[in-house]
Amino acid sequence: MARWTPDPTFYASPRDAVTAPPEKLVYVAAFDRSATRPDAIAVVDTDPGSPSYGTVVGWTDLPHLGDELHHFGWNACSSALCPTSPHPHVERRYLIVPGLRSSRIYVLDTKDDPRHPVVVKEIPAEELAGKAGYSRPHTIHCGPDGIYVSALGGGDSDGPGGIAVLDHTTFQVRGAWERDRGDQYLAYDFWWHLTRDVLVSSEWGTPSMIEDGLNPELLLGREYGHRLHFWDLAKRTLVQTVDLGDQYQMALELRPAHDPRKEYGFLGVVTSVEDLSASVWVWHRDGAGFAVTKVIDIPAEPADAADLPPALQPFGAVPPLVTDIDLSVDDRFLYVSCWGTGELKQFDVTDPFHPVETGSIHLGGITRRTKGVAGGPQMVEVSRDGRRVYVTNSLYGSWDDQFYPDGVGAWLARIDVNTESGGMTLDERFFPHGDDFRGLRVHQVRLQGGDASSDSYCFP
Amino acid sequence: MAGMTGGQLAALAGLGAFHGLNPAMGWLFAVARGLQEGSRRHTFAALPPIAAGHLASVAIVAAVVSATRSAVTGSILAIAGGVVLVAFGLWRLLSERHFRWAGMRLSPAQLAGWSFLMSSAHGAGLMLLPVLMTAPVATPMGHAMPGAVAAGGALTGLLAAGVHTAAMLAVMGLCAFVAYQFVGLSILRRAWFNIDRLWAAVLVLAGALTIAVYRP
Repeated sequence: MARWTPDPTFYASPRDAVTAPPEKLVYVAAFDRSATRPDAIAVVDTDPGSPSYGTVVGWTDLPHLGDELHHFGWNACSSALCPTSPHPHVERRYLIVPGLRSSRIYVLDTKDDPRHPVVVKEIPAEELAGKAGYSRPHTIHCGPDGIYVSALGGGDSDGPGGIAVLDHTTFQVRGAWERDRGDQYLAYDFWWHLTRDVLVSSEWGTPSMIEDGLNPELLLGREYGHRLHFWDLAKRTLVQTVDLGDQYQMALELRPAHDPRKEYGFLGVVTSVEDLSASVWVWHRDGAGFAVTKVIDIPAEPADAADLPPALQPFGAVPPLVTDIDLSVDDRFLYVSCWGTGELKQFDVTDPFHPVETGSIHLGGITRRTKGVAGGPQMVEVSRDGRRVYVTNSLYGSWDDQFYPDGVGAWLARIDVNTESGGMTLDERFFPHGDDFRGLRVHQVRLQGGDASSDSYCFP
Repeated sequence: MAGMTGGQLAALAGLGAFHGLNPAMGWLFAVARGLQEGSRRHTFAALPPIAAGHLASVAIVAAVVSATRSAVTGSILAIAGGVVLVAFGLWRLLSERHFRWAGMRLSPAQLAGWSFLMSSAHGAGLMLLPVLMTAPVATPMGHAMPGAVAAGGALTGLLAAGVHTAAMLAVMGLCAFVAYQFVGLSILRRAWFNIDRLWAAVLVLAGALTIAVYRP
């Protein structure tokens, strides 16, 4: 049912969203690598005043096996206030939860009991394939005119991957988003500059390139994605493609500035085949188009082959593997996950072309194993007020197994941020891990009411 | 004006003010364009195209209704129009669907087009039906051809749409100015009550009124 007043979690501008109250709960996508038990959405208490702070307080098993939950998102967000098709009286209550392996998409209702979301709809893989021609749904963004879902694979083929649009109300698949995709074939993340009619998309690989693990031949053959695509959001056509250079393999997460007057954003690149370093790039307006500039380089760390998993032994080094980045709502701090070396870095990006490192926290890591855990900071989420950061530790089932062959484990960490001068502190009271997640791995976290990577704004 | 009473003009203007007040009809878009460019000029420049699109949407309905009314039996039009209006209003009231549009960098012509579609999708012109149905039918002197009668009726409709849109533009401009200059948009999240429901209720009411007050 529609509301009489706008959903209180919607904010006209990022400036307003920063004043949002702290989240009391977070939702965590958890999956069973063996596909013998259902994947689940776990609910964790994040209210420091609560006796169950930092523990799993809710659990919703999904009805099928082998989905491999990955990214997920909200049905509606602050973009509902956008002036061309405003609908601010809808509720942010449904989690849109794709299975990356099964291509099934679930809709979970969090309203009646936020600690125990209920599955209210399943979109079968056949509907996504039949109506949009896609499979392996990945990133969810609540757009002004519908729910956008990126997908890595084609419906009955390996590719191209692209973006499907779901109806805001019925969640039915409306179709493929693209009207003219040019030579875009690989897909991964996407986001936009809503007020500039620009959509940006990135590249990972098709299902055959990723589902059985990182393929060293494809990597050294420089065949994983290394391009950024800029689209006309209104016309749904490809306008410009920027190639980073094929040594930069796997151009993944896209984090545009939240301020709609700004026209830049950050891109994380997993690795360079030349020296195993990872990098962060800025795309920015350059005349009629966009240019992309590398602004952060993170070198690989030398290691004894004996300490390395077989996949890395020939290299004698631990690659940082930047698998996720996240930008605070005020566009001031960029968080960079180094899943290989087990480090979360914080940069002050007030000047996006000259990031200044302001903090670092080690957790896990292929050789370090800080705090005695495996995996590393992977998906990172920032609260709307920018004061808290959450990280989960699983990347993707088959890739976890390659880089952490003795078991990636499962953990969710919370980090407090000094928003004045920068700097991070690990919250020692908050570390659900291992059996807390009932043997499942945890991939991504979403904050109740919204977070830094789920809302877009049309007003400055 | 073409024989319309003060009450009818006031009703047209009142509905215009109501439409202008609705953020979805355009003032919010105008403010967004001003904020995006950091200039009040952009806000005001957006208003005339938005009003033009609204005028076109309303005028088509008004002209068709008035012209038809001059040519066919009034009771058929009143009942059929009223039923359509009630049904459309109920659909708007019960449906959760919303206008779909992506794209904010619009030329003035595109902005007018957006406004036309937005107004039409909301049934802005239909809402004027009870007023149009009670306005006096154009009655040319002598034995005029039916076509001329219809043309006279359409003119009445266009005048009605003009009065309506002038009021709409005035209120829309005032809202945009106050929001841009003084209040800011933070207030939206508290003050933006669900005007779409009120809108739908007015449509239903307008349809019922059209049927109820029609006197052949």
